[in-house]
Amino acid sequence: MEIILSIAIGVMTTCGVWLLLRPRTYQVIVGLSMLSYAVNLFIFGVGGVKTNVPPLLTDDVATGALADPVPQALVLTAIVIGFATTALFLVVLLASRGLTGTDHVDGRGDRK
Amino acid sequence: MNGWAHHLIIAPVLLPLAAAAILLFIDERSRMAKGLVSLAAALLLVVISFVLFRIESGPNDFEGVYLLGNWMAPFGVVLVLDALSALMLLLTSLLGLAALVYSLARWHTVGAHFHTMFQLLLMGVNGAFLTGDLFNLFVFFEVMLAASYGLLLHGSGPLRVKAGMHYIAVNLAAALLFLIGVSLIYGTTGTLNMADLAARIPNIEPDRRMLMEAGAGVLGIAFLIKAGMWPLCFWLPTAYNAASAPVAGVFAILSKLGIYVILRLTMLLFGDGPSAGFGANVLLYGGIATLIFGTVGVLGSQALGRLAGFSVLVSSGTLLMVLGINDGAVSSGALLYLVSSTLTIGAFFMLIELVERGQDAGANVLAVTMEAYGDADEDEPEEGDGVTMPGTMAILGTCFAACGILLAGLPPLSGFVAKFAMLSAMMGTGAIGVPPTAAVWTLVALVILSGVASLIAMTRAGIRTFWSSIEGTVPRVLVIEIVPVMFLLGLTLVLTVQAGPAMQYMDTTIRTLANPSIYIDAVRNATVITDYDDQTKVSVEGAN
Repeated sequence: MEIILSIAIGVMTTCGVWLLLRPRTYQVIVGLSMLSYAVNLFIFGVGGVKTNVPPLLTDDVATGALADPVPQALVLTAIVIGFATTALFLVVLLASRGLTGTDHVDGRGDRK
Repeated sequence: MNGWAHHLIIAPVLLPLAAAAILLFIDERSRMAKGLVSLAAALLLVVISFVLFRIESGPNDFEGVYLLGNWMAPFGVVLVLDALSALMLLLTSLLGLAALVYSLARWHTVGAHFHTMFQLLLMGVNGAFLTGDLFNLFVFFEVMLAASYGLLLHGSGPLRVKAGMHYIAVNLAAALLFLIGVSLIYGTTGTLNMADLAARIPNIEPDRRMLMEAGAGVLGIAFLIKAGMWPLCFWLPTAYNAASAPVAGVFAILSKLGIYVILRLTMLLFGDGPSAGFGANVLLYGGIATLIFGTVGVLGSQALGRLAGFSVLVSSGTLLMVLGINDGAVSSGALLYLVSSTLTIGAFFMLIELVERGQDAGANVLAVTMEAYGDADEDEPEEGDGVTMPGTMAILGTCFAACGILLAGLPPLSGFVAKFAMLSAMMGTGAIGVPPTAAVWTLVALVILSGVASLIAMTRAGIRTFWSSIEGTVPRVLVIEIVPVMFLLGLTLVLTVQAGPAMQYMDTTIRTLANPSIYIDAVRNATVITDYDDQTKVSVEGAN
């Protein structure tokens, strides 16, 4: 489980960073989304990876058998904020495309 | 401070939020009403910040802790008001008021929802200054950033959209680093409350310490991007230059927000214990590099807007370098410098637009650099109606000279007092009779050289703009545009005249910060309110 999670985070971060450094705005936004998925998984992972345990403390559950609820709350907030800012970035991307007629991040045409 | 006064702590967050919500309901066409609501909120914010500041500058070291949702400290999110945050709140509200009044002349008409975003920006900045919780800091940071994205694009045009896109991409990446840092710190310490964190960090096991420090480092990068440390600062001059004048003016506080968080967290978390002084060298050398980069940029700037953008970097570089020295007396000088330079740069950004108004767009920019920055065919707002300023050129010239003096750190204004306080503290760190070391001399020389560079650049720009202007046209400047600039510059004058009490306040602030146990105890000893007549609370307790 831990291995799969860390490989997933690693692969997505790698792809995200590579895409972020590309010159096309669409690649940049996909890269940012990839990175935010990786970060969300990472936040989820820092609470300790556990399967089939509840995050809520009730009388008949030992505290050791609990999933940490704080990272879950954090990841929820991070998802919402990431979603909103990515949507905003998409609007700016479209505006830039409309104003410059190209999807290059610097608004320049192709250099062949 | 109890009863209603205690609730004043949350007012700097709630008031702009409420104002922003109300502004959404007012139709975009009734600009007068929107402007008045926004102005009233900004004025009230100044009053509230001033009251909070007066409470903090009182005789007793008071730490106002506000428990959100009435939950005990490490479990709930807290807002903490101390001398540093009260100072920053006051600075933000004054700068915000000036920029808002300035925008009422014409800038607020060039796009939708200017006032709403402006209020939300103030809310985010105030919240970030007040919060005592790392994740809550992230949330307020994002509120501030989201509003700043909108404000940067205010007025539209290819230049702004391009700069805005870079700004958003950089800040989204920074936000992800912020999250990685916060989650690493949570994973190793098990808490997000800053006071609790400060208490736990000295006792953390060695095998976890490295991870915690890695988390703190990643977190620091996110704030250093905001503060504009070299090599994370290339977006900053372009973005600030592209922003409309009142927006650039209020953005002067954003880079200081990064500095504030670094100051707060390093003093609180890495004051003593095995991790003491963590990251100080990065700040020192990064600050030096930023200062050199900013100085060269100031000298090489053709356009006034870029000159101001690089002045932000000079100011950030100086502050980071001085924080890296990590010496109490030097830091209190740095706080005074922070206040003075924020006011100066805010005023300067707004002044630039007034000065350049009379000229052909980018007339004093060489054709070569014009090409590099794209065409300047942005949407410029219509000329506003109102009383124009008599003796325009004389007043603009005086304000420009004042900005130059402040940026260079020449007497008699507060830029000099602040730099003098920093430099004399640096020189005096050794025992009496011991000459300062070569390292200290280097830092002193850097600060002075950056001042000389600002002076040269400002003189050159001033001569070109005011004395050898080819067209000779006098810009049409309204009273409500020049008054905010004069107001901010007047505040630096107040800071100069009241330099004694101001330095005393900064000294007390730094001394309080240097003793994290005051902060930790204040947060831990904050008690929940139990003696209120809330029937629902009683019934819930009865059910348990």
